[in-house]
Amino acid sequence: MNSDVSVDSQPMPAALPRVDQVQPAGENDAAEENNAADLRLPMDRGECPFDPPAEYKRLRDEDPVSRLAFPDGGDGWLLSRYEDVRSLLADPRSSSHLGLGSNPIREVPPGAEELLEIRPGQFIAMDPPEHTRYRRLLTGQFTVRRMNALTPRIEQIVADHLDAMASMARPVDLVAAFALPVPSLVICELLGVPYADRELFQHRTRTLLSMTTDGPTLVRVRNELVQYMLDLVQAKRLQPGDDLLSGLIAREDDPEGALTDEELVSIGNLLLLAGHETTANMLALGTLALLEHPAQLAALRADPSLIDRAVEELLRYLTIVQFGLVRIATEDVEVGGQRIRAGTPVVAAVAAANRDPKQFPEPDELDLSRAYSPHLAFGHGIHQCLGQQLARVEMKVGFTALLERFPSLRLAVPLDQVRMRDDTFIYGVHELPVTWDGVEG
Amino acid sequence: MRIVVDVQRCRGAGQCTLTAPEVFDQDEEDGTVIVLVDEPPPDLHQAVEAAAGLCPNSVIRLEN
Repeated sequence: MNSDVSVDSQPMPAALPRVDQVQPAGENDAAEENNAADLRLPMDRGECPFDPPAEYKRLRDEDPVSRLAFPDGGDGWLLSRYEDVRSLLADPRSSSHLGLGSNPIREVPPGAEELLEIRPGQFIAMDPPEHTRYRRLLTGQFTVRRMNALTPRIEQIVADHLDAMASMARPVDLVAAFALPVPSLVICELLGVPYADRELFQHRTRTLLSMTTDGPTLVRVRNELVQYMLDLVQAKRLQPGDDLLSGLIAREDDPEGALTDEELVSIGNLLLLAGHETTANMLALGTLALLEHPAQLAALRADPSLIDRAVEELLRYLTIVQFGLVRIATEDVEVGGQRIRAGTPVVAAVAAANRDPKQFPEPDELDLSRAYSPHLAFGHGIHQCLGQQLARVEMKVGFTALLERFPSLRLAVPLDQVRMRDDTFIYGVHELPVTWDGVEG
Repeated sequence: MRIVVDVQRCRGAGQCTLTAPEVFDQDEEDGTVIVLVDEPPPDLHQAVEAAAGLCPNSVIRLEN
């Protein structure tokens, strides 16, 4: 899920703390190292569940390139302004390979150390040229044209789930009935993963992305997902289907395209995870945001052609990769007047950047008619989300059909009773109880 | 306006094709940018400029 997940946007995996393979800072820099960083990554949201931690407002104004204390005792930097975040993510001197090992949230849980090793095919944690090869093999599968061609099938999947939802006893949990199953089925069909296995991967994905999972559990769940995908890849080698994984396998005679089982397993699991978990959270949290902004919702209902802008604005406003993206400087770089030394981890707070008033006037307002300005919800630079065009189609179709089918859709509990996913790398809601008037459906 | 692209640095995010589909497309094989119209008419300039600004790898250059 970091910038190549949802899909090239890799959020920080739960298990991965910092590695020590970075170059040490120069020895004559004692002066700038004197004051140990005391700022911890802001994580406390205020009253509005859609707003990033208020601390980011202060940081953007007073300390936009801030020293940041990491839980393992090391320190790095935190960028909170749009301009700085965007340039870091586009900078070839910022490495994703090392970034995967630097976790500003928590230390590597004991017993999970083996997850620090980057496996073949784990392209979200790679730099060029390795990243380039994998990305080139995959981007042709996620083009605007191909994703738009999936629209009729996605419309059918959405309609089927809304039909089923209409016949359920209210209130209905929108996450379980709609937001999670729709993208899960879409990515299963695209990859060639049996949808019947969804509970296996949905549950394990959530365990993997939770900040509270212990080390041994992380390792066990990862190994189970690896074994699951390996069995699937080997079955497809014998009996290929008309799907993305089979297509990748079929390139075995092409020197550029031939992939080992291990590579296919990493790629398959990455796309599966990124393909369902991120969009699921956008659908559910996006619906909640619309329900809590009745004037905006009314405007969208009155003019469904607003949907393209609405999707971009929801992506910006909600920025579900809530803790940001981590990179490591491979050379000394200067950002906003501060010198960041080679080997130092830098957190690009995309959620804060997407609320920067210099880039987005009235940034804390959800404004579906906002003149479009490039947001960073899918990341930026070479790792910008591989699956973003699929996510867009799923959201356009999903929100449009949901609102059309249930004109009186509303929250079935007070907002403060909706359990927010504060403790996972991808923000969202755990459940979303909704209801509607009896005559609908 | 004349469009010049650096295909080598393109990573196929598709922002250009999404923003200005009359002018940009993507290679079927590797998703990299294809320019359909090198010198787009004035009514497309705004969309082309937006596409260039959105490109996550600054692949699109516009010359006068």
